Amino acid sequence: MRLLTTAFAALLALPAAAQDIDPGNWEAVLAEAQGQTVYWHAWGGSTTTNDFIAWIGDRAAEQGVTLEHVKLSDTADAVSRVVAEKESGADQDGAVDMIWINGANFAAMKDQGLLFGPFAEQLPNWQYVDVDGKTVQTDFTVPVEGYESPWAMAQVVFIHDSATVDAPPKSATAILEWAQANPGRFTFPQPPDFLGTTFLKQMLIDLVPDPAVLQEPVGEDYDEITAPLWAFLDELTPHLWRSGEAYPQTGPRQLQLINDGEVDIAISFSPGEATAAIANFQLPDTARTYVLDKGTLGNASFVAIPYNSGSKAGAMVVANLLLSPEAQLRAQTPDILGYGTVLDMDKLSDEDRAAFEALDLGIATLSPAELGPAQAEPHPSWATRLADDWVAKYGTN
Amino acid sequence: MLRPLPLLTAALLALPVLAGVIGTLLPALGHAPAIGLDGWSLAPFRDALAWPGLTEAALLSLWTGLAATLGTLALLALILGGWHGTRAFTALERILSPLLAMPHTAAALGIAFLIAPSGWIARALAPILGLSRPPDLLIVQDGLGLSLIAGLIAKELPFLLLMSLAALPQLRPNARLKTARSLGQGRMAGWLKAIFPGVYRQIRLPVLVVLVYGMTNVDVAVILGPNTPSTLSVQVTRWMVDPDLAMRATAAAGAVIQLALVLAAMVFWVALERGAGRVHRFWVWCNHGLPERPLRLAGIVLATIAAGLVLFGLASLAVWSVAGPWRFPDLAPEFLTLRSWMRHGPEMAQVAAITLLIAGLSTLIALALTIGCLEAEHRHGMTPGSRALWLLYLPLLIPQIAFLPGLQSLLLKPSLVSVTAAHLVFVLPYVFLSLGDPWRAWDPRYARVAAGIGAGRARVLWQVRLPMLLAPVLTAAAVGMAVSVGQYLPTLLIGGGRVPTLTTEAVALAAGGDRRAIGVWGLGQAGAAFAPFALALILPALVWRNRKGMRNG
Repeated sequence: MRLLTTAFAALLALPAAAQDIDPGNWEAVLAEAQGQTVYWHAWGGSTTTNDFIAWIGDRAAEQGVTLEHVKLSDTADAVSRVVAEKESGADQDGAVDMIWINGANFAAMKDQGLLFGPFAEQLPNWQYVDVDGKTVQTDFTVPVEGYESPWAMAQVVFIHDSATVDAPPKSATAILEWAQANPGRFTFPQPPDFLGTTFLKQMLIDLVPDPAVLQEPVGEDYDEITAPLWAFLDELTPHLWRSGEAYPQTGPRQLQLINDGEVDIAISFSPGEATAAIANFQLPDTARTYVLDKGTLGNASFVAIPYNSGSKAGAMVVANLLLSPEAQLRAQTPDILGYGTVLDMDKLSDEDRAAFEALDLGIATLSPAELGPAQAEPHPSWATRLADDWVAKYGTN
Repeated sequence: MLRPLPLLTAALLALPVLAGVIGTLLPALGHAPAIGLDGWSLAPFRDALAWPGLTEAALLSLWTGLAATLGTLALLALILGGWHGTRAFTALERILSPLLAMPHTAAALGIAFLIAPSGWIARALAPILGLSRPPDLLIVQDGLGLSLIAGLIAKELPFLLLMSLAALPQLRPNARLKTARSLGQGRMAGWLKAIFPGVYRQIRLPVLVVLVYGMTNVDVAVILGPNTPSTLSVQVTRWMVDPDLAMRATAAAGAVIQLALVLAAMVFWVALERGAGRVHRFWVWCNHGLPERPLRLAGIVLATIAAGLVLFGLASLAVWSVAGPWRFPDLAPEFLTLRSWMRHGPEMAQVAAITLLIAGLSTLIALALTIGCLEAEHRHGMTPGSRALWLLYLPLLIPQIAFLPGLQSLLLKPSLVSVTAAHLVFVLPYVFLSLGDPWRAWDPRYARVAAGIGAGRARVLWQVRLPMLLAPVLTAAAVGMAVSVGQYLPTLLIGGGRVPTLTTEAVALAAGGDRRAIGVWGLGQAGAAFAPFALALILPALVWRNRKGMRNG
């Protein structure tokens, strides 16, 4: 029956996957991967991530795979590359072998048949993945179906400088009150930047009576559901940094603003970011993180393989490496990366579990208990619509 | 043998651009099978026009581009007219010339740190004003784009100045100025009346290139320009990289609008040139002078500010690259550390080698083609029609964002070779721009004299013309190298990200805002572009140290 489903899924992925390697036959994958070069297109804006990827490259080399990190300023660059290749008929050995991806980029590529798969659940290290406790089989409500493999969990936290803010605001209403009392000291990345859009989603979740409505695609009742968000933003915007006439363009840019003393609070999608930033002198050592009273959004980072990659076997080897307890432990180490693991502690060997438990998360990182359960990402259509409407209302005046 | 070269070169430049533009037009008209658009429709244009910020973004592009170009030109006239030939000018030239090499991204990041309310200037003033927190002032990314215009002027002034200086010796400015002054003109009035029109004629295309760059650049506008909304090119780039693949069509339509806007601005500029020409002729014949002292003062002060912005910006990158903890309002970091260099240095050295290899190869080919074309003109008396010239400059006058995606599907495999080829498309016009006018302005009587004493054409080229034009040739090569080093979109799109250069790495880091990493990579990028300029300045002086008549170039 399993074989039948796999065969059926492979059939669906035609024609790209027609002569492709079978992910279920790991021996063959390993053999095929020997000598392959994998070009991993991943956001290159964070020096800690870059160093981690270089370390993964060393591990891949031990298995005969050369990993090259192609540093993107925007994941969509890689998506447009694959689109252009499909346009020009370059269906073999495309430039992109693997993409760090999730959310709308994944939904778009899966929808356009630009991805190889399914492969994720056939990877040997999939056995350790926490499929029940973590959202690794849906990505922003879109079923993953093995077309991308998870490698890190992220959850929204807010960073503040405890030297200047003693009681940080822990709800949308509190943020508004705080901004009114401290004009010019709060801002968020400008939508449609993903973190800026995340801020909009996070505030919406905090403001709607029942966030479950956001799991469905945007419908007729959009105006009604989002009315509290726009009322909130109408009041908030005049009290923002630069009175809302300019915004930081990316998330990490906010860290610089805190360090420069321009703002006091920043949103982040990485619970360990503040600790790593303190170690790199990017934040004062008085920086701390917190989550909202009702909790915060969480999602997984994945890697996907384009349909026209010439090194699919090598890419699967790297995806599998990313899921290894060793790599996951390293990723969670705060002064290295501080990303949440996707593994289930109960499925690990005693030794590995002990190593995870022994991790000192760092002064500015919350423990899993303090982070609390992650709120589910809304359907991707919400992000698009919220960002568009924000741009129309506040981004073009 | 050289006869077909100009045509070949023009084709080499024009074909990729035309193919690329067609590749942009098709999706703009609703035809893009890869994203599921098969029919023909104006829907992409309707979508682009429906974007609420479009009018403002388009006007902003137009305004910042025109204002930056006019501002640069005015400042150029003030400095050349007021100070050319003085010691202050030589000093200014020494400071400004190397700044040409400074990549736009690095310059913009440096300037942003200087003028921001938490930047160096504010930090210097903080103790006087008693500030413990930076004031909440909108300076960088202001709605009128003033900081963007200032940044563009600071960055483009060295470019036009160097172009003017390369052209000047042919105009024999000293003799002309003497004549003008003997007719009772002041220094500045005389210079602007007798010499500047000749200079402008030689730098006309560079000026148009500055106009197009000012209107369409993404790297500077993203850092210094407004964002609510941004300039049109920034918005088109955002559409281009939108995760929603259907937005590619909107982006294509936006790129076509951008293209139309650029063409309209150029038509406007040409009309402006005519008007200015008439006013100038009238002014030459009437006996009015200029308020010499205030204008000269304004020229030197503004030029010093422009140079200071870029220089102190560069210095701020250098300090950030070795900074430990560094917060407002401290003027300097708590302590210095080499950690950022240890972390990024080794990788940067590798990337720098690739960058210089691409720059060297593309410049060498460009130089060979350019000299071949110019020599063909000379030998066969071919006068390039204005149409051929416009073809040549096409890659610089058509916004990159409008044709690169099309070019991407044309060049098959991403590799060092295809990236070099793509760079050639941009390097060649700049090399031609730098070298063409000085080359053509060379007095052909030297050739006749040489021929008269029995020298063949090849010998005239190698032993008379090239040595005499050593300074402009080297300047052109340095410009070519700097252009190649600074290319972002072509490297990223054609290289498929597989060919990292200092610029792609620096821009990727700029998104992350880690000023220490930006400092290291920005300095590396500036260094790679700076080295050839240093050579271009030093070599002629060395080679001609015992030839007084060769040294005013």
